[in-house]
Amino acid sequence: MRIKAQVAMVMHLDKCIGCHTCSVTCKNTWTNRPGTEYMWFNNVETRPGTGYPKSWENRDRYKGGWELKNGKLRLKAGGPVSKLANIFYNPDMANMDDYYEPWTYDYEHLINSPKSENIPVARPKSRITGKYIDKPEWGPNWDDDLAGGSEVVPLDPNVQKLQEHISMEYEKTFMMYLPRICEHCLNPSCVASCPSGALYKRDEDGIVLVDQDACRGWRFCMSGCPYHKVYYNWNTHKAEKCNFCYPRTEAGLPTICSETCVGRIRYIGVVLYDADKVKDAASVEDAQDLYESQLSCFLDPFDPQVIKEARKAGITDAWIEGAQNSPVYKMAIKWKIALPLHPEYRTLPMVWYVPPLSPIMNHITNENELSTDGYIPAVDQMRIPMEYLASLLTAGDTEVIRKVLLKLTAMRVHMRGKTVGGIDEFRASRLLNEADTNPEEIEEMARLLGVAKYNERFVIPTGRREMDDDLYYKQGACSLEEIAPPEGIVFRKGD
Amino acid sequence: MGKKDNKLFQTLKHLKYGERINKGWTEESPRPRDSEDIYRKRWQHDKIVRSTHGVNCTGSCSWKVYVKDGIITSETQQTDYPSTGDDFPEYEPRGCPRGASFSWYTYSPIRVKHPYMRGDLYELWKAEREQGFDPVEAWENIAGDPKKRAQYVGARGKGGFVRATWQETCEIIASATIYTIKKYGPDRVAGFSPIPAMSMVSYAAGSRFLSLIGGNILSFYDWYADLPPASPQVWGEQTDVPESADWYNAKYFIIWGTNLPQTRTPDAHFMVEARYNGTKVVGVSPDYAEYEKFADLWLPARAGTDGALAMAMTHVILKEFYVEKETPYFIDYAKRFTDLPFLVTLNETEDDCRSDRFLRSTDVDDNHNQGDWKTLVWDVSTNQLEAPNGSQGFRWDEGSNWNLELKKEDGSLIDPLLSFIEIADETAMVSFPDFAVKNGGSVKRGIPVKHIQDKNGNTIKATTVYDLMMAHTGVNRGLAGDYPIDYHDPKAYTPAWQESITGVNKNHVIQVAREFADNAARTKGKSMIAMGGGTNHWYHSDQIYRCILNLVLLTGSQGVNGGGWAHYVGQEKVRPLEGWQQVAFANDWLKPQRLQNGTSFFYFATDQFRYEAKVNQEQSSWGGKYNNMHPADVNALAARLGWLPSFPQFSQNSLDLVKESRGRGANNHQEVIDDVVSQIKEEKLEWAIENPDDPRNFPRVFFNWRSNLLGDSGKGHEYFAKHLIGAEDQILADTDNSWQPKTVKTDEEAPTGKVDLLVSVDFRMTSSGLFSDIVLPAATWYEKFDISSTDMHPFVHPFNAAISPPWQAKSDWDTFREISKVFSELAQTHLPKTEDLMMTPLGHDSVGEIAQAHGKIKDWRKGEVEAIPGKTMPNFQIVTRDYPNVYQQMTTIGPEIKKGYGGKGVMIPGEKVYEELSSRLGVSKRDGIGKGNPDLYSDIKAIDAILLMSGATNGKRAVAGWKSLEKKTGQKLADIAKGREEEDVTLQDLTIQPRHAISTPVWSGLEKGNRRYSPFTVNTEYNIPWRTLTGRQSFYLDHEMMLDFGEGLPLYLPPLSHGPFLKNEKEVENNGKSITVRYLTPHQKWGIHTMFTDTTNMSTLFRGWQTVWMNEEDGASIGIKDNDWIEVYNRNGVIAARVVLTYRIPKGMAYMYHAQDRTLGVPATAINKKRGGTHNSVTRISLKPTHMIGGYSQLSYGFNYYGPTGHQRDTIAVIRGLKEVDWLED
Repeated sequence: MRIKAQVAMVMHLDKCIGCHTCSVTCKNTWTNRPGTEYMWFNNVETRPGTGYPKSWENRDRYKGGWELKNGKLRLKAGGPVSKLANIFYNPDMANMDDYYEPWTYDYEHLINSPKSENIPVARPKSRITGKYIDKPEWGPNWDDDLAGGSEVVPLDPNVQKLQEHISMEYEKTFMMYLPRICEHCLNPSCVASCPSGALYKRDEDGIVLVDQDACRGWRFCMSGCPYHKVYYNWNTHKAEKCNFCYPRTEAGLPTICSETCVGRIRYIGVVLYDADKVKDAASVEDAQDLYESQLSCFLDPFDPQVIKEARKAGITDAWIEGAQNSPVYKMAIKWKIALPLHPEYRTLPMVWYVPPLSPIMNHITNENELSTDGYIPAVDQMRIPMEYLASLLTAGDTEVIRKVLLKLTAMRVHMRGKTVGGIDEFRASRLLNEADTNPEEIEEMARLLGVAKYNERFVIPTGRREMDDDLYYKQGACSLEEIAPPEGIVFRKGD
Repeated sequence: MGKKDNKLFQTLKHLKYGERINKGWTEESPRPRDSEDIYRKRWQHDKIVRSTHGVNCTGSCSWKVYVKDGIITSETQQTDYPSTGDDFPEYEPRGCPRGASFSWYTYSPIRVKHPYMRGDLYELWKAEREQGFDPVEAWENIAGDPKKRAQYVGARGKGGFVRATWQETCEIIASATIYTIKKYGPDRVAGFSPIPAMSMVSYAAGSRFLSLIGGNILSFYDWYADLPPASPQVWGEQTDVPESADWYNAKYFIIWGTNLPQTRTPDAHFMVEARYNGTKVVGVSPDYAEYEKFADLWLPARAGTDGALAMAMTHVILKEFYVEKETPYFIDYAKRFTDLPFLVTLNETEDDCRSDRFLRSTDVDDNHNQGDWKTLVWDVSTNQLEAPNGSQGFRWDEGSNWNLELKKEDGSLIDPLLSFIEIADETAMVSFPDFAVKNGGSVKRGIPVKHIQDKNGNTIKATTVYDLMMAHTGVNRGLAGDYPIDYHDPKAYTPAWQESITGVNKNHVIQVAREFADNAARTKGKSMIAMGGGTNHWYHSDQIYRCILNLVLLTGSQGVNGGGWAHYVGQEKVRPLEGWQQVAFANDWLKPQRLQNGTSFFYFATDQFRYEAKVNQEQSSWGGKYNNMHPADVNALAARLGWLPSFPQFSQNSLDLVKESRGRGANNHQEVIDDVVSQIKEEKLEWAIENPDDPRNFPRVFFNWRSNLLGDSGKGHEYFAKHLIGAEDQILADTDNSWQPKTVKTDEEAPTGKVDLLVSVDFRMTSSGLFSDIVLPAATWYEKFDISSTDMHPFVHPFNAAISPPWQAKSDWDTFREISKVFSELAQTHLPKTEDLMMTPLGHDSVGEIAQAHGKIKDWRKGEVEAIPGKTMPNFQIVTRDYPNVYQQMTTIGPEIKKGYGGKGVMIPGEKVYEELSSRLGVSKRDGIGKGNPDLYSDIKAIDAILLMSGATNGKRAVAGWKSLEKKTGQKLADIAKGREEEDVTLQDLTIQPRHAISTPVWSGLEKGNRRYSPFTVNTEYNIPWRTLTGRQSFYLDHEMMLDFGEGLPLYLPPLSHGPFLKNEKEVENNGKSITVRYLTPHQKWGIHTMFTDTTNMSTLFRGWQTVWMNEEDGASIGIKDNDWIEVYNRNGVIAARVVLTYRIPKGMAYMYHAQDRTLGVPATAINKKRGGTHNSVTRISLKPTHMIGGYSQLSYGFNYYGPTGHQRDTIAVIRGLKEVDWLED
C-alpha cells in the first residue's frame, strides 16, 4: 500500500446553470494575457454539442489517453518511437480551427473616429493576425444553448455513437451543461506523453502541473491529454494548464472556479488512494469496469489500518480528517452518485460528475402515463437519453446512470414527503427500494446537495508546508529571498 | 518550494531519477518545483476592496475587487453574507460571469477617459467665446441660429469627437440649461437615468440637480415595460416580490417567462436546490429555455399566449377547489384578503346586461365619512350589507380603522358571503367579453343576483365578484347560459379551449393546475410562480399578469412565505427608500418635482405617435368609447384630467406664467393658481401635449447618465434617431398611412433633431455616447462610492473605490455638483430667483387618489364637470426657484427635513433626524445659504445621509415609520422593528459585512427573526390593507375605461399582430427569399443590457455581436445557414446581424437577445446602405390607454408606479439574407 492524498473535485451537473462564471473568473486570473488568448483552463460546454476544442472526444482524430493493447496499457498515440518520428509535426494535435481564432474589436475607433458619413463601428479583428475579419467563424462556446442546432450537434462524438436515439426536434429538445477543467488524473497521459518530463503530478495533493522551467514546447501533452486540457502558449513556447489554483488550495481556499461557481455545483475535498493500485486499475479489460476499478483504488479514511498507513506516509491528521469530511469522498465513493468523465480513456480522472435530471418528454400526455411519485416524475420518462449520459460518464453502462438518477429522485420524493406530507407512502414505496438507499443517507445527501454550506462544499486542509525546509527563515524572508540569502551577506556583482 | 539553489545544481537535479512505485509505472521524482512560484505570484495582491456593479440586473452582488501593484486585476464574489439559517442555502457566492468581466473596462480601449465634445459644436463654441461672448450668450448665438444649430446637430452620430476640458463642458451644459429655462421654461430640460437601486447616489446626483432647477425627471420602470401594471391594479403596490431565498420555501414552483438561470443567475441556485428539498418545478416558455433544464415538466406555450394558459388553469382551480369541493383554506383566504366577496352592480340596458361598478355605502345611505370610497359585502350572519374596514374610504376618513379586521363597530364579526347562489333574487344573464375570437365576441352566462334597495328606494341589482368570476371563467354551477360542458368543451376558458391557442396539451394543463392548488392547500400557500420579461413585456402585460395572478390569489399563496408571485424584471427596489427620496428629489429644499412618465414623454418627443396603427380591434366590439380613441388623444385627456403628469406643461413658459399673473394683480399663490386655471378654462393656455411638435415644446437639453438610452432601452430607436436627435435613421414607415390623433396637433411635418444639447455621462463609449454632443468621463463602479439594493436579497451593498478615478473621470455625484457650481455662477447674472408654476397629477397615496368618485370619466373641457385643481384636473402649486443658490442646495441638506418626511403614506418626524444628520455628516462651512446645514458635498456623505434617514438601515426610523402607520390602522405594529431599534448602519458597516435590512412599513414583507422576505406578509399577518379601492387584492377593476375595454376581470387578449407594414405603405422590394416572424427581444446571457456585452470575454464566449436566433427550418426556408448575415426589417427600421440557427426555438419566431448595441461588428443594410440598427430599430411603442387612468384609488399616478409601458414584444418583422458585407468605411 502506497497511500497518497489527492485534492479532488465533484461537479454536480444537475445544479449547473451554464452561466460560465467559472470560465471568466478563471480566465481573468490565469489566462488573460498575450499568448494565452484562446486558453480556457475552465470551460463550459452545452451538450449535446461539440465541446472545446471541436469534437475533442473524437479519439480517432486526436488519439489522446490510453488504450489497452494486448492486455497492456499504452498511450493511444503510440510510444517514444512514434513520438520521435513526429516530433516536428504531430498529426494528432488540435489546430486553431479546432480551438478558434481569438478575436477582438477595434474599440478605439468608436472614440477616435474622425467625422465621417456613417455611424462609426468597431470592426472585429483577429487577435492572431491583427487583421480585420468580417465575422468570427468559431469560438470556444460557439454552440452555447444549442446554437447551430443540427449543423453543430452531430459533431458531438457522443451523439454520433447514438444517432438513432437522438432526435433534433423542437419537441424533443434536451440540453445540459458540462463544465470542464483538467482532470488531475491518477494515471495522467499528458505526463506520460511529455518527451521532456516536464509534466508531473504533485505528490502531496495530486495536482498535475507543467514545469515551466523544464517544458521544451514539444506539445505532445496537448494531444496526449484526451480531455484537451493542456494548452500551448505561443508567447513563451511552453505548455500551460489548469493548476487547480494550488496557490489557493495550499492556503485552504477552493479553486477560483469553485468559489465563484454561483450554481454552487462544485465540491472539493481530499481523497486517499493507494498509488500502487493505479496501474492495475487502469488496465482492466472491459472499459465498463474502469469505474469500479478506479473506486477500488480509494481508501476508507475511517479504516484504522488506512489511518495508520497514512500517518506512516507522512499524511497529517488534518489531512486524514479532511478525507473523512470530504464531500468528494461522500459523493463519489460513499453514495456513488458522482461519476468519472470518460473512464474509457483510462486516465482515472479525478473530477467527478453527478449526472443531471431533466424534464419528462412532452409526448407523455395521458394521465396513466404520467407516473409520478408524490409529484416527482419517474426516471425513465426523462428527456436526456440515459445512453447519452452513459456515453459521457460510464463508458456506455446505462445501469450505473439509472441508479444515480433513481437515488436523486428518491431524495426529492422523500424530502417532499417530509415537508409536504406523504412520507409514509414513500417509506413503503418501490422507489426507495429500487434506488437502494435509505432515509438517513437521503437526508445527508439533501443537505450536501441542497443546503450546501460553503464549509461543507469545500473541505480543504492547507498545504503541507511543514515539509519545506527552514520555515523559520521563511517567516521573515519569504518573497525577499533575493536580498536575504540564508547564508548571510548579499554579494552583488562588482562588490 | 525549496530555497533557490544555483542554476547548475537545478539542471543537474533534472537528471536525477526518483523511486519507482505502482509496479514501476510511476516515479516519485525528487526534482525541484521552483517554477510553481510563477503562478503563486499572480495570486498575490495588495488589497481586496468590497464593491458591486451598478447595472440593472437585479443582482446587487457584493464583490471582492483585487488590486495588485496598484492596478485592478480581477474580481470574485464575496462569500461573507450573514447566514440565512442552519438548514438553508446561503446567498454566497452572488455574482455572474458578466459581473466577473467588469474589471476589463477600467483600462480598456472603449473607456471614455476625458470629456469629449462633437467637433463641430466645439468649433462654434470656441468662435463665440473668442469673440468675447459670455457663455450664456454664446449658447444663445449657436442654438438660436438655425444654420449654426444645423451644423452640429447634423453631425450627430458620425464621429468627430474632440477632447475638451471639464470647465468648457460644464460651461456649455450650464449655459444651455440657463438659456432653455429662460426662453422656454425649466420643463424643457429633461434627464433620463434609470434604476436608482443599482447606484442610488449616482442617480440622485442628476435627479437632485434637475429637481432644484425644475427639470423633468423621466421614469424608467414603466418605460422599460418592466413595471407590471397588474401590480398596482391588483395590489396598489408598484412591485413587491419575494427575495430569491424564499424560492427555497416554495413547494410547487412554476417558472413562467423569466429565465432564472440566464437572467437571475446569482439566485437560480435557490430554485435548483429547492428541488432537492422536494419542490416540483414546472416551466412555461415558447422555446426550450435554459430554465426548462430544471423543470419536471415543460409547457411550451406559444409566445404571448400565457394569459390563455393561465385562464384555463383558473377554470380548473375554481371548478375543483371551490365548486366541486370547497377548500376551507382557500375560502377563508378569499373572504379576508381578496375582493371576491365585494358587491358589484349590474348595468342593464335594453339588449344587454353587464357588470358595472362596486356598490358603495353612499348607494344605500349617507352615514359614512368618505362613503363613496367604502365598498360593501353581504354579511352571512345578519343577512345584510356591511362596509368592512380597510377600503379606500377608511384610509382618508381621518379615523383609525384602515385595517383588514372583519369587525363591525360593535365588535361583532362580519362573515362575508362569497356567492349569492343560495339566496339569489334572480338569475341574470350577463355578457362577458371573449377576445380570443377574431374581431372580438361575447358570451351570455347566468349569474345569481341580489336586489338591493338604494337610499332613494330604487332597486339595484348586485352580485359578487366571486359570482362574476365563476361565470366569466365558464365554471358551470347549474346556472343558465352559454357555459362549457366540461374541460374538453372548447369554450372559454377550458383546458381544451386553450390548447388551440397555446399549443399546450390540455391534460398537462389540468394536471399542473390541480397540483398547484393541491400543493397550496396542503402547505397553506407554498405555491409560487416566477414571472418576468417573457410574460410582462407585452402590450397586454397587465391582463397576462392578472390571469396568472388568479392562480396565486385563488390558492391563498400570496402573502405567504414560499408562495405567491415572484416577478423580476428590473432592479426597482430602493430599500432605504424614505431617505433616498429626500436626497434624490431635493425634498429637503422644495417640492414637488416634475416626475414625468417616460413612456408618454418619449412617445411624443420622438414622434412615435405619428406612426400609430390601430389596435384593440377585438375590443371595439365590446366598448368603443375609449378604445377607438388614438392613444395620443387619451394621453392628452389624461393630462388635463390630472391622471398623468405632462411636462412640458404648457406651450407658455411656466416661469413667465407666474410673472404675468402677478402682473395682472395676483397677490399670492392661490390667486396665481386661480388666474392660471381661469386662463386654462378660457383656452388661453395651450397644453404642450396637444402641440408637442411646436418648437416651444421640444425637449431642449437632455441629460443621459447611468444609461444607454440609444443603444439599449430606446424603443423605436429609429424614431429617436430621426425626431429627437436629428441623426441618420432607417424608418420605412410613413405618417400618411398611419393613424393620426384628433386633439393633438400634427399639422406640420414632424420635426427632426428637437434636442439642442444631448449630454451623456459614461465610462464607456456606447451608441448613446456616439449620438451625444458632449460625453463626460464617468468613474467606474470600482472608482467611486455608492450603494445598491435589490428585491432579490435583503442587503444594501456598498460601492467602494478600489482606485481613485483615473484620467479625468469623475463620479456622477461630483459631475453634477461641478455642473451645478458653474450653473449657479452663471445664474447670478442670467437667472435670478423666481417663481415657477408646477402642475402635478393626482397622486397615488395622496388624497388625489380619491379625487374622481366611482371611476366615471368627466371632462371639464366638455363641461361635464367643473374644472377644479386637484379634483377634476391636475394640482397647481407655486415653487420658488433660487437658481443662483442651486449649488448651495446641491451640497447641503435643506431645512424642510425638519418638518418630517416619508413615503407611501408613512411619516417620520424630522427634527431629531436633522440633528443626527448634522452630527453624522458635519455641517457645511461654505459661505452661502447652506452654511451650517448638514454637509452633502461628497458621495460618501450622501450615502450616510440616506442610510440614517431610512427604516431599512436605521432602527429608529423603522420604529417611527411603524408608529405612524399604527395611527391610521389602529393595529399594534411598532414591535415589528422594536428589537432592532438601536441599529444604525453606516457605509463603513456595510463595507465590513453585508447587513440584513430592517422591516419598514414602506415595504410589505416581514424580515424579523432572519425570516425570508415575502411580500404582503405584513398585510396577511398584521391586517394592513392593500392600497386598493376595497383594501383587498383585486380581481375586479371597475373604472369606466377598464369596463369600456372589457377588462374589468382578468381575461386573455391575443398579442398585437399587425403586419410588418401597414396597408398602403411602401414595402421593401423583395427579390430574394424572406420570412415574416414574431420578433422577440428577451434578456440576454452575455450582458446586462449593453453592459458587459462589449467585453472581449463575453463577446468571445458566444459569437460576437449582433446575432439573431431563429428556427433552423425557418432559416432553411429562406436559404440561410448558421452564422450567415441577415437583415431584419419592418416599417420601423432595419437591422444587420448574423443568424444563429437552432431547433431549440419553434418556427415562426426570432429572438434578437436584448441590447447587443450596434457598436460592434455591424455592417450596412442592403435596404438603405446605412449602418444597421439596434434591436430596437424594428420596435415602436403604442400606449395602452387603460394604463393612463388616474385619480382613482390604486389607478392613480405614481412615478414608476403606474402609467403606460414601453412594451416591445408585439412586433412582427421580416428576415432575409444579407448577401454583401459593406463596412461603410469612408
